[in-house]
Amino acid sequence: MSHLDTELKYLKDELLAMHRLVLSQVNKCKNALLGFDTDLAKEILVTEKRVNGMELKIDRDCENILALFNPVAIDLRAVLASLKINSNLERIGDNAEGISRYVLDVNTPFPAPYIEKFAIGEMADIALSMLEDSIQALENEDTTAARKVFLKDDLLDIINRKATSATMELIKSGADSPLHYLNLLSIVRKFERIGDQTKNISEEIIFYIEAKVLRHERNTD
Amino acid sequence: MNKIETHNVNLHYGDFHALKGISMSIVENSVTALIGPSGCGKSTYLRLFNRMNDLISSVKIEGDILVEGKDIYERGVDVDELRKKVGMVFQKPNPFPKTIFENIAYGLRVNGIKDKAFIEERVERSLQQSALWGEVKDKLKKSAFELSGGQQQRLCIARALAIEPTVLLMDEPASALDPISTTKIEELIYELKNQYTIIIVTHNMQQAGRVSDRTAFFYMGELIEIDETKVIFTNPKNVRTQNYITGRFG
Repeated sequence: MSHLDTELKYLKDELLAMHRLVLSQVNKCKNALLGFDTDLAKEILVTEKRVNGMELKIDRDCENILALFNPVAIDLRAVLASLKINSNLERIGDNAEGISRYVLDVNTPFPAPYIEKFAIGEMADIALSMLEDSIQALENEDTTAARKVFLKDDLLDIINRKATSATMELIKSGADSPLHYLNLLSIVRKFERIGDQTKNISEEIIFYIEAKVLRHERNTD
Repeated sequence: MNKIETHNVNLHYGDFHALKGISMSIVENSVTALIGPSGCGKSTYLRLFNRMNDLISSVKIEGDILVEGKDIYERGVDVDELRKKVGMVFQKPNPFPKTIFENIAYGLRVNGIKDKAFIEERVERSLQQSALWGEVKDKLKKSAFELSGGQQQRLCIARALAIEPTVLLMDEPASALDPISTTKIEELIYELKNQYTIIIVTHNMQQAGRVSDRTAFFYMGELIEIDETKVIFTNPKNVRTQNYITGRFG
């Protein structure tokens, strides 16, 4: 294995470690939210610092590879894709942190009918499944797994679009605990962003492997 | 417009098949880089265009090699006239054991030009074109060997330009130079491509990326791939090209 191969392998391992950490953060979000576990929500805030630290480290490693090895072709795409995947993972981490803050913002558990109305459990499961697909895609350089993410993102978008009318209905009906349902609306938006960011990651994996640019295409599959 | 074309060119050195069916077009006023491992045929291919390979007795060449639409291997082609049109710069600077001025003026005199004012004007213009005038204008009478390696190479480029070629062949022109001289040569190539069709052989991948519009990858006498340089260095189509440029060859 050449020196550059060793550096790229190390970079990929770092990205996968960050990817798994971010997946764990989103999973904790789901559990903190559905189980109203404020300790778990606080744990997410602490762990977010680790996510940020990893982002800086991966950024620096990419910069070093570009400066020292002048990679071209697939190696260049690997580094460029890593930079963008890194940035998207960090933002997913931020969204997980945001969700945990909404959990800590309320004093009592989110009412089950609200959770159901906003399809929070379903959203969290889809987002987690997308992150698992993108990890598999990166680890095995598997663009089929990467493409699975796109269809799942469409499902998140559908749920997200319904959330506004769900909120309107609750307002019109004079439902109790407006802070709870307003926070849930914000949480829906966060999960939708997590979906977009995971989709971005999958696009970068496809760019790295197939040299195809899918960004800004309407139909990415 | 294509300045140079080759169609199914085969070249043998005795029993050795050095170029295998090479067909390629080179666009006027562009820089084409030839890359590939040692012995792949890129320098042999470069030397087709000023018929330098003719100097090797065992060489046998087949196929069409056209410069400005004319087959340069046809009977009756004047090789001296061809070499006025197709200049060449070599890996190591090879100035003549003469003054800086005479190095440039030599080619003009050999071609029968005697007008002193004309020669002086052409020497200055060639040195300016090769970005050397500012450094040597006060020492034109000094020996060319007093110049640094990078300056000597630019002098050789000026010498080639003095007879007003339209094609410039460069065989690893910066491989023996330090980074500063290399940068000057590369900037010069960038400037010259507006007026000349340049073909450069280089082992330096980054140099090919920086200076050329198109890059051709040769391997074992075959042209494996030619495309825009930015395509070759970001998404080559052939796995052998990718392995070579990423250093995973062999």
